Amino acid sequence: MKTKFLIPLVIFVVLVGFLAIGLNRDPSEVPSPLINKAAPAFEIPQLEQSNKMFSPASMKGQVWILNVWASWCVACREEHPVLVELAKSQVAPVIGLDYKDKREDALAMLSRQGNPYLLSAFDANGRVGIDYGVYGVPETYVIDQAGIIRFKHIGPITTQVLNQKIYPLISELKKS
Amino acid sequence: MKSLFLLLATMLCLSSSFAKDATPLAADPVLEQRLISISEEMRCLVCQNESLAGSRSDLANDLRREIRTLIQEGKSDDQIRTFMVERYGDFVLYRPPVKPITWLLWIGPFVILLIGIVGLLNYLRRRNQSIPSTTLSQTDNAKIDALLNQDRRDRRND
Repeated sequence: MKTKFLIPLVIFVVLVGFLAIGLNRDPSEVPSPLINKAAPAFEIPQLEQSNKMFSPASMKGQVWILNVWASWCVACREEHPVLVELAKSQVAPVIGLDYKDKREDALAMLSRQGNPYLLSAFDANGRVGIDYGVYGVPETYVIDQAGIIRFKHIGPITTQVLNQKIYPLISELKKS
Repeated sequence: MKSLFLLLATMLCLSSSFAKDATPLAADPVLEQRLISISEEMRCLVCQNESLAGSRSDLANDLRREIRTLIQEGKSDDQIRTFMVERYGDFVLYRPPVKPITWLLWIGPFVILLIGIVGLLNYLRRRNQSIPSTTLSQTDNAKIDALLNQDRRDRRND
């Protein structure tokens, strides 16, 4: 009976706990159902050489990174130097998916900011983006040797994300 | 002659481009109705407080186009819903399916209501018990009688 006065305090603490968790999460980050599923197949023209096609099937046998970007996306410009750094480290090939973009604009951005991509696939109407559940560029996927998506990052990658998540994951995937 | 041909070609282009803008709604009202009924039950991922039917975002446009194609391919509503969930997760559905991870979401409010009812009943029972049932003493009875008699006398005098 003496502890009765503690009840409101306990409720308050629980409420604060929920709020603290809720406020520290990003509501725009929707968990992807594609994790641990096969990367959707597609075959679309490349950005630089429009007469050549790219298909994820050609990357089988190696761990690779798929980065969805566009020249009109401000956050992509912000992310670009990090991708250049990632490409320089040569841990894994980075393939770009140029999402709903104009070819000239995309090429201009790559020549201005450097090209971290082994190649970019040109998704003019965003159809491939829909299959990959893209809802906000930039988005980045890590895909393993068997073509299974192991990780997805929504929003610009930072050096912190690279060091804490992507590099450890890639070295672990390469071991298996 | 050449200019006439050009003019004709331009007119043809124009008319076809106008027609293209209008087709979706006019071509098949049944299809459009189904598109609306499906997309009203889905969340737009870019602007999360809007439905897919009401959103003007680029992605919502693309997704509506995609759903339209699926309807034309003769897919059922369920198949279209699965198509969306496979790509964007249960999050796109305004009515998430009942499964272990959403149990709290579906049953939670009723649990809280139940806790409230139990608490209220408990409180009422305790309050009823706490009111002391007093027995009146001889003097109290005498006082009451005196007051009642006084009242009766007052009324007779009025």
